[in-house]
Amino acid sequence: MDFRLTEDQRDLRAGVRELLAGRYGREALRESVASGAAVDRRLWRELGEAGFFSLRLPESEGGVGLGLPEAVLVFEEAGRALLPGPLVATHLAAGVVPGAATGSAVVTAFDLGGPLVAHLGEADAVLGAEGMPPGEPVRSVDPLTPLWRSSGVLPPEHREAGALLTAALQLGSALRTVELAVRYAGEREQFGQPIGGFQAVKHLCARMLVRAEVARTAVYAAAVTGDAAEIAAAKLLADEAAVRGARDCLQVHGGMGFTWEADVHLHLKRAWVRAEQWHTAREAEELLAARLGTEAEAEAGADAEPDAESEVAVMG
Amino acid sequence: MDLSHTEEEQDFRARLRAWLAKVLPELPAKPSPDDWPGRRAYDLGWQRRLYDAGYAGLHWPLDAGGRGATPTQHLIFLEETERAGAPYVGANFVGLLHAGPTIAAEGTAGQRARWLPPVLRGEEVWCQGFSEPGAGSDLAALRTRAVRDGDAYVVTGSKIWTSHAEVADWCELLVRTDPAAPKHKGISWLAMPMDAPGVTVRPLRTLAGSAEFAEVFLDEVRVPVANRVGAENDGWRVTMVTLSFERGTAFVGEVVACRRTLGALARAARANGRWDDPVLRRRLGRLYGEFGALWRLTQWNVSEAQGSGGVPGIGGSVFKLAYSHARQELYDAAAEVLGAGALSLEEEWTAERLSSLSYTIAAGTSQIQRNIVAERILGLPKGR
Repeated sequence: MDFRLTEDQRDLRAGVRELLAGRYGREALRESVASGAAVDRRLWRELGEAGFFSLRLPESEGGVGLGLPEAVLVFEEAGRALLPGPLVATHLAAGVVPGAATGSAVVTAFDLGGPLVAHLGEADAVLGAEGMPPGEPVRSVDPLTPLWRSSGVLPPEHREAGALLTAALQLGSALRTVELAVRYAGEREQFGQPIGGFQAVKHLCARMLVRAEVARTAVYAAAVTGDAAEIAAAKLLADEAAVRGARDCLQVHGGMGFTWEADVHLHLKRAWVRAEQWHTAREAEELLAARLGTEAEAEAGADAEPDAESEVAVMG
Repeated sequence: MDLSHTEEEQDFRARLRAWLAKVLPELPAKPSPDDWPGRRAYDLGWQRRLYDAGYAGLHWPLDAGGRGATPTQHLIFLEETERAGAPYVGANFVGLLHAGPTIAAEGTAGQRARWLPPVLRGEEVWCQGFSEPGAGSDLAALRTRAVRDGDAYVVTGSKIWTSHAEVADWCELLVRTDPAAPKHKGISWLAMPMDAPGVTVRPLRTLAGSAEFAEVFLDEVRVPVANRVGAENDGWRVTMVTLSFERGTAFVGEVVACRRTLGALARAARANGRWDDPVLRRRLGRLYGEFGALWRLTQWNVSEAQGSGGVPGIGGSVFKLAYSHARQELYDAAAEVLGAGALSLEEEWTAERLSSLSYTIAAGTSQIQRNIVAERILGLPKGR
């Protein structure tokens, strides 16, 4: 057992971080916020060329042939850079929807539980749907996640990988907000000293890191085991790390944090969107409770009949 | 990212599991929590069995009498003993997890030969004389003085929150040997015999009702200079070695125990109908996810330690912070499962709920841990 990242995995992560820093740095992010264009087709194709979408496709099918652990590291970096677009759905569509693997197609999914779907107007296809469903545009809380009112079904076979990769995006965002908070706390001075010297501010930052590090372990472990309950836990903890992390980061930024100019609100709004995608907290907690119940019965050696009730709870 | 075990590790697990299945039914009945001599005898008896079977000091280095096991094997050991419901390390905690590893790392050959084998064989119990009434979170403010007199130090002062003091043979004692030096510099680490003249132990009752720890008064106690581990006035560094063990792996077995408790809670909630309450059910589901993640975090920390030569890293602070709060939430959830029944002290989970209150205080309060995380991991400026 050596849970740490391998040399290759560390190199992969560093490579993606470098690529995104060059291709989608802060200026590019702010430009897309200003223009409201969430999906940049040229960038999408470049991501495709870099293997972002075909990462887990077998080499025989033109893919990179890597697994979930590597995909998680790549998506962590995308989350850190706050890269917009239906990244998870397009990645899952590689090998299923023509053009998804190379990034020439933009594919979204009904991962918001039905009433809303993201990026419908910019997408070429919806994962698991025949043709493009109609939709009414809705004003979105996240300036880089346009939303439409529409309905459709999420293919169940993609649900777990979708939840895990979304958790990885949340993890990257959570880690990034720790960095943003720490940097600001070290620069901003009040009462004649950097605010990071005040215990109250320190403790906000420390709590952010603890949540992010626990989420990181959960996400990495779920990527290795692929276990449904571990994936649900990873999503739950990563959602919390991202949402609460962004809120704490906003608090550390004080008045600046409440402006459109700081990036903090973009992290928070995206984190809110992702928390509703693939697995909500309620669904994850019910799934985990069902697993706990099943395990507890098994441990007790109870030869009770299969637990129909908790299965229903999972689906709910 | 590899969570699989080697064939050797699987063999180790299988042999340990078989041994536990054989030996656990032969154990005597557990003494009552307030029967300290009984608890000492019980805990040392278990240690002796571990020693005879070759499982004592598994993670200690070979030259300290340990088995030189890898951190992964140690993790398997803790996982399996807890899963099987084996006795907790108990009165041997300080000897095995603090004082022993410190002497193994910092002691002379003679000191290792004198103090380590009795810990491993279950013959001597250690307690920890670190905290003082005026030096808890600010441990370096300790004032117990040791004045050199020939080949002995004369020690005067008092210690507090000293677990197992009543039944301990030795105390790992922090004393101030240079009052003029900056507060981290003038400290030394001594091994003090608890039966030395001038040592008085006054048991302290905890909020959980048990005489868990004690106040120790030291009145001109003579401790041989030969009992000093590490150089004079270098005790703070020696102590940091000890604390890195405490924060690193000391709670691993407990995470497994908490997961077992969660299973029992789920069964109890199903039996009394509380499971139908979605708020409580979701709360238990979340805790199940959190403790699963904490178990993975211990595996992560162990992998890191294995990569860095065995001393647990600063990631221990992250674990300690997350775990101590999760443990309290676990027993709060237990109280919700029990309802008014949680008010009964006969209830095991109620006793655990009370004792869990110490977890965010002992071994560095959460506030101190957050300062450590902020300053040493995140690099924020020091301040108040």
